Amino acid sequence: MNFRIISALVMRHLFLYSRTPMRMVELVFWPLVDLVVWGNVTVFIQKNSDAKFGGFILFFLGAMILWDILFRAQQGVAISFLEDVWTRNLLNIFVAPVRTAEYLSSTFVVGFLRILITCVVMSLVSWIGYSFNIFQLQWWLVPFFLNLMVFGWALGMISTALILRWGQAAESLAWAVPFFIQPVVCVFYRVEDMPAWSQPIAWLFPATPIFEGMREVMKTGSMSWNHLWLAAGLNVIYLSLAGWLFVWVLNLTRKRGLLTKFATQ
Amino acid sequence: MSAPDTREVILEARELTREFDGVKALDRFSFKLHRGEVLGLLGANGAGKTTAMNCLLGLTLPTSGELTAFGLPLQANRIKILQRSNFSSAYTALPGNLLVWQNLLVFARIYGVPNPKKKIAELLELLEIPHLQKRVTGQLSAGESTRVNLCKAFLNDPELLMLDEPTASLDPDIADKVRKVVRKVQRERSIAILYTSHNMRDIEEVCDRVIFLHKGKIVREGTPSDIVAQSSSDNLEDVFIKIARDGEILDEPKKDSAV
Ligand SMILES: Nc1ncnc2c1ncn2[C@@H]1O[C@H](COP(=O)(O)OP(=O)(O)OP(=O)(O)O)[C@@H](O)[C@H]1O
Ligand SMILES: [Mg+2]
Repeated sequence: MNFRIISALVMRHLFLYSRTPMRMVELVFWPLVDLVVWGNVTVFIQKNSDAKFGGFILFFLGAMILWDILFRAQQGVAISFLEDVWTRNLLNIFVAPVRTAEYLSSTFVVGFLRILITCVVMSLVSWIGYSFNIFQLQWWLVPFFLNLMVFGWALGMISTALILRWGQAAESLAWAVPFFIQPVVCVFYRVEDMPAWSQPIAWLFPATPIFEGMREVMKTGSMSWNHLWLAAGLNVIYLSLAGWLFVWVLNLTRKRGLLTKFATQ
Repeated sequence: MSAPDTREVILEARELTREFDGVKALDRFSFKLHRGEVLGLLGANGAGKTTAMNCLLGLTLPTSGELTAFGLPLQANRIKILQRSNFSSAYTALPGNLLVWQNLLVFARIYGVPNPKKKIAELLELLEIPHLQKRVTGQLSAGESTRVNLCKAFLNDPELLMLDEPTASLDPDIADKVRKVVRKVQRERSIAILYTSHNMRDIEEVCDRVIFLHKGKIVREGTPSDIVAQSSSDNLEDVFIKIARDGEILDEPKKDSAV
């Protein structure tokens, strides 16, 4: 792993974002729309129901923000790769002394930076608009944030591997993959609220203990270590499997001689 | 004929074969490229030139055969070898949404070029395009972006350079300039270059030695003038046409004679 190469690849994306402000708009716009729509819905529900719903807004907006972290991390990886495909730059990278791990790491960093921007914007708006202070979510949530980001990276690598395997026709997977799993990872409801048969499936994904843990931390104010360890353990497995999948697909593409076709089409 | 080349072997292929769906794009292709030598790969469309280059860059895995660069087996030493090599072709581009200097700076950092800004300025000067520095890469003309690509290819002072049709889509004037620059830098730094082109003028001016490929097999090898001298034609272009057509006649069964 060479830090210089990773930073050079990240620099490329920084140039890109600084040159095309529209990309920033995309980073800020959708989270804002989500936040305002669901923020208002939550306020509406709160006004029209009894006091039991008191903490609802907190859970809901918290879930929104965390889901966005997952989504942005995944996007950071998948979109960074697609940028290289769209601009026919992939071949330049593949003939440069860039290791796969360095390439992937640079996309992780881009994912992290995207999250940073989204987070700042969303917490500001939810604070101003809905008096929801993200910092009342407690510092205990930080390890959950980090785990969510790592799971986002893993999903990003899986999306990228699928795109590499099936070509640009599969590009929409870059946006779709996180939503495939959204129904089963209990973003907005608890595992026990799911149909009994689907509950074991939920626990296969690191995002489930993260969202469960988040709710517990917010409810009790103390750390939910079991959820955290489970999430971290699953993440190690996912990250390794996703990395392996990416390398496997990359080698397959080399073997079939499709890498250059893919990179120049 | 000519005495064996005693210079260091930079790149070597032994019995390189690459099949696509049972069809051999390269068929037991062997060659050596020496330090300071420019080797041209010639052949009709589909002869296997790009496939050869892709295998030599590690982008495509060969079906069989051995590849070494700087004396090292290619696959196991890809990163080390790529650090000392570079590549440019008419069909790749640098990211169109960045400025020229931004793209060059990114690649200079990737290759670990010491004092990148100075190096970039030198190369832009060399290719006579300092005025393009602040332009958006995607808005350049084909010829301009070819020269920017060449800048990228020279960034790391490569000892081995692969150029796939570097002069495609250039006007005769710019093509001539590009050839001269490539030749100049190549001589100064003793770079080994593998070069493909459909422009025989290119080949005659730039290449020390050429290999004619036909359906993945070597059908002629030698200096451009030797090859012309050994044939009944009086220029390389005619030799090319002959090989492309004769090869075709020999290989294809005459199934359409009844039509
Ligand atoms: N990924 C691939 N899958 C299937 N066939 C391929 C693939 N890549 C190349 N080929 C085939 O291999 C043969 C050699 O192609 P190649 O691109 O090497 O030719 P070339 O000599 O570079 O031609 P040109 O002058 O047109 O660039 C062609 O018949 C081509 O169709
Ligand atoms: Mg070609």
